[in-house]
Amino acid sequence: MLDLGLDVLFKGSNMLRLLQGLWVAMQISLVSIAVSMPLGILCGGLMTMKNKLVRFIFRVYLEIIRIMPQLVLLFIVYFGSTRVFGWNLSGETASVIVFVLWGTAEMGDLVRGALISIPKHQYESSEALGLSKIQTYRYIIIPQTVRRLIPLAINLITRMIKTTSLVLMIGVVEMLKVAQQIIETNRMTSPNAAFGVFLVVFILYFLACWPISMLAKYLEKRWR
Amino acid sequence: MKNLKKFLALSLAVVLTAGVTACGSSSDNGSQKSGKEVYRTLDEIKEDGTINIGVFSDKNPFGYVDENGDYQGYDVYFAERLAKDMGVKVNYVSTEAANRIEYLQTGKVDVILANFTVTEERAEEVDFADPYMNVSLGVVSKEDNEITTLDDWNKDDSVIVISGTTAETYLTKNYPDIPLQKFDSYATAKEAFENGTSVAWANDNTEVLAFALQNADKGYVVGIPELGSSDSIAPAVTKGNDTLRDWINEEIKTLGEEQFFHADYEATLADTYGLDYEDSLVVEGGKKSE
Repeated sequence: MLDLGLDVLFKGSNMLRLLQGLWVAMQISLVSIAVSMPLGILCGGLMTMKNKLVRFIFRVYLEIIRIMPQLVLLFIVYFGSTRVFGWNLSGETASVIVFVLWGTAEMGDLVRGALISIPKHQYESSEALGLSKIQTYRYIIIPQTVRRLIPLAINLITRMIKTTSLVLMIGVVEMLKVAQQIIETNRMTSPNAAFGVFLVVFILYFLACWPISMLAKYLEKRWR
Repeated sequence: MKNLKKFLALSLAVVLTAGVTACGSSSDNGSQKSGKEVYRTLDEIKEDGTINIGVFSDKNPFGYVDENGDYQGYDVYFAERLAKDMGVKVNYVSTEAANRIEYLQTGKVDVILANFTVTEERAEEVDFADPYMNVSLGVVSKEDNEITTLDDWNKDDSVIVISGTTAETYLTKNYPDIPLQKFDSYATAKEAFENGTSVAWANDNTEVLAFALQNADKGYVVGIPELGSSDSIAPAVTKGNDTLRDWINEEIKTLGEEQFFHADYEATLADTYGLDYEDSLVVEGGKKSE
């Protein structure tokens, strides 16, 4: 059988360390998701406003976040904040800030897209039926928007979880970093460990993202 | 049409602003310290009781984490002693080759002991203490396609390097025609090399010697054991942090009397490089023998 070097995971507390690494990654992503989803929805609402200035500001914000690689944002927030303002943020805090900024911007744009994709006649028909503005949103617009939003939002959420693998560049020891440490420590005794360890990392990321995909599927079915 | 033009102009403006902001925050302020210093002096560290030392966490045998989650290796062995003699605890920070300078310039660590090779460019950004090790570059390749020279390079072949290392700088400067494959970490570079994505891997000669020694049965050889001039590996502190640097220099000198780095080598490196290379790799008391 092919030697995957899985035995290195059972040395000392290696498996536990890998799981702790996953926990670090999940903490960063879940906190960021919990903060950025509501903020993103608010942002998306504001982006559809008629006010030119508001729209301009959000446009600039979105474009800046979108064109900057997350790694650059991490460096700017983690090292830049120390250089310019003298703040000493921990790697975890810096990661959460970057992920919240990123999540809010992209979620905002998704919400904006979903809102403007609702045809104008939906609003007009509601008005013709005598529904008030609040009723229109409550019963007509928001349910349709949410249904369109779910697959897009899930995509963003799983992307945020997977992108935590970048935070090792600012000294946060998360799952991928622990995996590299384990592989390196055993590079003489189990040179094949990379296969096994990365396979386990793959499975763990999958287990972290899969329930979210399932939830989305369930919600899509239920709200059809 | 008018709207499109407006939009394009707007996008351009945004890109430019973002670009300027990004460059500004990463290149400015590098050397200027307006009023308040970013680093901690020797006394401040002693008062605090903890020294922050940046080490590699995935570079066996220099700095790595063992199966119990403890830092180990040649650099760590020295770091432990440094902290003990200073009378403080150590807080290890896991650094990557590419962010070591940034860590010092922002004062997020007090000392970098991460196999840090002294170069002129780096010496402008950080202050190096006296060396404790000697290295040059080496190139490892497959036996059946041994690379013994970098001249007359076949343009279809590439060389693997790790971003931010001396090997990358050296090759970019002296052999700009050789295509490089760059990786962020040792683990990924090694993985790629073993999968045969490049014909050669350039790195510190200690690294390639060790790699070839362990993988001799798979036919890896060091075709070029010494490339370029020999370099020193030294502790680095934030630019201007003289009290800390002087203390480290003094410490290295004292440790030389007890042949500390030979003991360090035997405890951490001998398994990897064998005892043949001990005297050529170790620098004792901060002074090179040549």
